[in-house]
Amino acid sequence: MNVVLAKAETGRSLGDAFALARHRLPGSGKVAELRRRSFEVYERIGLPHRRIEDWKYTDLRVLMREVLPLAAEPDRAALMRAAEAIKVHAIEGVRRLVLVDGVFAPELSETADPEKGLTLRTLRQVLDEGDAALLTQFFASDNADPMVALNAAMMTDGLVIEIADGAALAQPLHIVHIASGLQPAAMFTRSVLKLGKNTSATLVESYIAGAGSKSYQVHDSLAVSIGDGARLDHVRLTEDSREAFNISSAAVTLGAKAHFNTFGLTSGPNVSRYQAVIAFAGEGSRVETNGVNLLNGRQHADSTLFLDHAVPNCDSREIFRAVVDDRGHSVFQGRIIVRPNAQKTDAKMMTRALLLSDEAEADNKPELEIFADDVTCGHGATTGALDETLLFYLRARGLSEKEAEGLLIQAFVGEAIESIANDALRELAIAAARRWLEARG
Amino acid sequence: MALLEVKDLQVRVEDREILHGLSLTVNNGEVHAIMGPNGSGKSTLSHVIAGKPGYEVTGGEILFRGENLLEMSPDERAAKGVFLAFQYPVEIPGVATMTFLRTALNAQRKARGESEYSTPDFLKKVREVAKRLNIPQDMLRRGVNVGFSGGEKKRNEILQMALFEPSLCVLDEMDSGLDIDALRVAADGVNALRSPDRAMVVITHYQRLLNYIVPDFVHVMSRGRVVKSGDKQLALELEASGYAQFEDAA
Repeated sequence: MNVVLAKAETGRSLGDAFALARHRLPGSGKVAELRRRSFEVYERIGLPHRRIEDWKYTDLRVLMREVLPLAAEPDRAALMRAAEAIKVHAIEGVRRLVLVDGVFAPELSETADPEKGLTLRTLRQVLDEGDAALLTQFFASDNADPMVALNAAMMTDGLVIEIADGAALAQPLHIVHIASGLQPAAMFTRSVLKLGKNTSATLVESYIAGAGSKSYQVHDSLAVSIGDGARLDHVRLTEDSREAFNISSAAVTLGAKAHFNTFGLTSGPNVSRYQAVIAFAGEGSRVETNGVNLLNGRQHADSTLFLDHAVPNCDSREIFRAVVDDRGHSVFQGRIIVRPNAQKTDAKMMTRALLLSDEAEADNKPELEIFADDVTCGHGATTGALDETLLFYLRARGLSEKEAEGLLIQAFVGEAIESIANDALRELAIAAARRWLEARG
Repeated sequence: MALLEVKDLQVRVEDREILHGLSLTVNNGEVHAIMGPNGSGKSTLSHVIAGKPGYEVTGGEILFRGENLLEMSPDERAAKGVFLAFQYPVEIPGVATMTFLRTALNAQRKARGESEYSTPDFLKKVREVAKRLNIPQDMLRRGVNVGFSGGEKKRNEILQMALFEPSLCVLDEMDSGLDIDALRVAADGVNALRSPDRAMVVITHYQRLLNYIVPDFVHVMSRGRVVKSGDKQLALELEASGYAQFEDAA
């Protein structure tokens, strides 16, 4: 394939899309200029392809081919479809914040009476107001990745959430991304979560589709900063429609003595990529990042995690499980860098893939770059099929083939799910895994 | 009608014939011991009765209450009342013992058209059975057989037997890996389940087990068939004379 030609082609079609969408994107003046610059960064590479090392297993030029036009703002009917879709995924006792087709939907969200220390704004508000400090954060650090740059150029809305020093939020925040349009379209959202010193919060993110929404693209980005002594529990459930694309990025920074417990489950979309950069900026902090991919048909799901141990005395744990049936393809790339002064780092990563068919594929790429000498680092990876002796034992006790497989699959993903510290969140993840198993028949 | 009729059974594994025309009839309430040297086909027989994949039946039949057992899947056999106590019960990390027991019991009941147990009823039943068999509650809280000693694994098999109430129990080398105290505990558990409505086939290499589980009938297997049958006296004779005479006879 001719690289230059392919770049020109994808660049041109999207260049038109950007030009067309421009007048609908919030923010003027400086914001518009920053968008244009981000778009130029994107255009230099265009859709990432397999010759870019970081995207080797997830060639978006082959899998996604093009960026769809910007989604229309939801009309009344779309909002009603969204309201229906939420019912299945509603969680008791949370503060729900809903983005429909890339636009915040106040009528479906709960913004009234925020807990003490909680400030909620929409991204649109912030872009229109031109909050200088936030704008720097939005457009600064993440331009290295073309999909993040594209997201910066096109972002229409999202949540900007700030938690004041010392506040412990009792009520979890639930950001629901819903696609409700009936035409193929792309959504670009970006959210920011800032936890002040000695705070604690819980964030759940769900990606779902309304009735009739099939072929769409989610382009999402999340920036999180966790202050000194703060703790964030985070769960993301990517259920989406079976024809959907979901390209999401997260950038997380931890201060000193901070704690980040995060879990992701991907079961829905046709093609997905979740790329997270987690950086330790203060000593004595801990990260647990765990995930499960449940795939069948021709689904492709990529989890790419980068843990940056930039300072001493931090711990990280990664547990990742993939269950792949039919012709599904799971990708896990786990990179850990331990920088020269990051002594006493304790970093461990374990990934396991379960292949349920001969044509299923799981690629696993651990990368450890260790520049400090007094550290404990380790990684392990296995790939295999269901154990026949275990299956026979269960069947000899009366379980049907599907029941026996289901129980073993649940056990296989269990270790990753059990790492979710919060009981209610763990139940959510278990329920999502069960939905996948039940749909499997 | 006999509970279990094995007629002229021939079984291959890959290209090797293991059973060459084995016959055995077991009636309700009877306890049969099957003895024989290593490689005589004892475990193959237990696996074929339970429906383990990898065995090719090339001749003969197995009837269970007159029905063709070989046409049934392993789970159908379990629901009909066939239970195999494994020589080496497997460890299943991540599957809680209670979840496993409830799923299995309810799957069997559902297959028989019986109502499934509710959680409280199930818990009550398990606790009652565990208490009767002297199984500590702590064992039930762990993953299936995970970290269990050899004796605990065998007791877990007996717990399942008591819970599922099968009409045919096949005990495959129950004594392997057990010291004498663990063996006695396991045998007591089995004896407590002897009943006029339940038959047992006890497969063992050593006569020792039969001091604790006293059989009604003893069959000696050699090279893939039953070469001699008798009562419990036969086991004692074997203990004295060994299997060599039968190897020659076969």
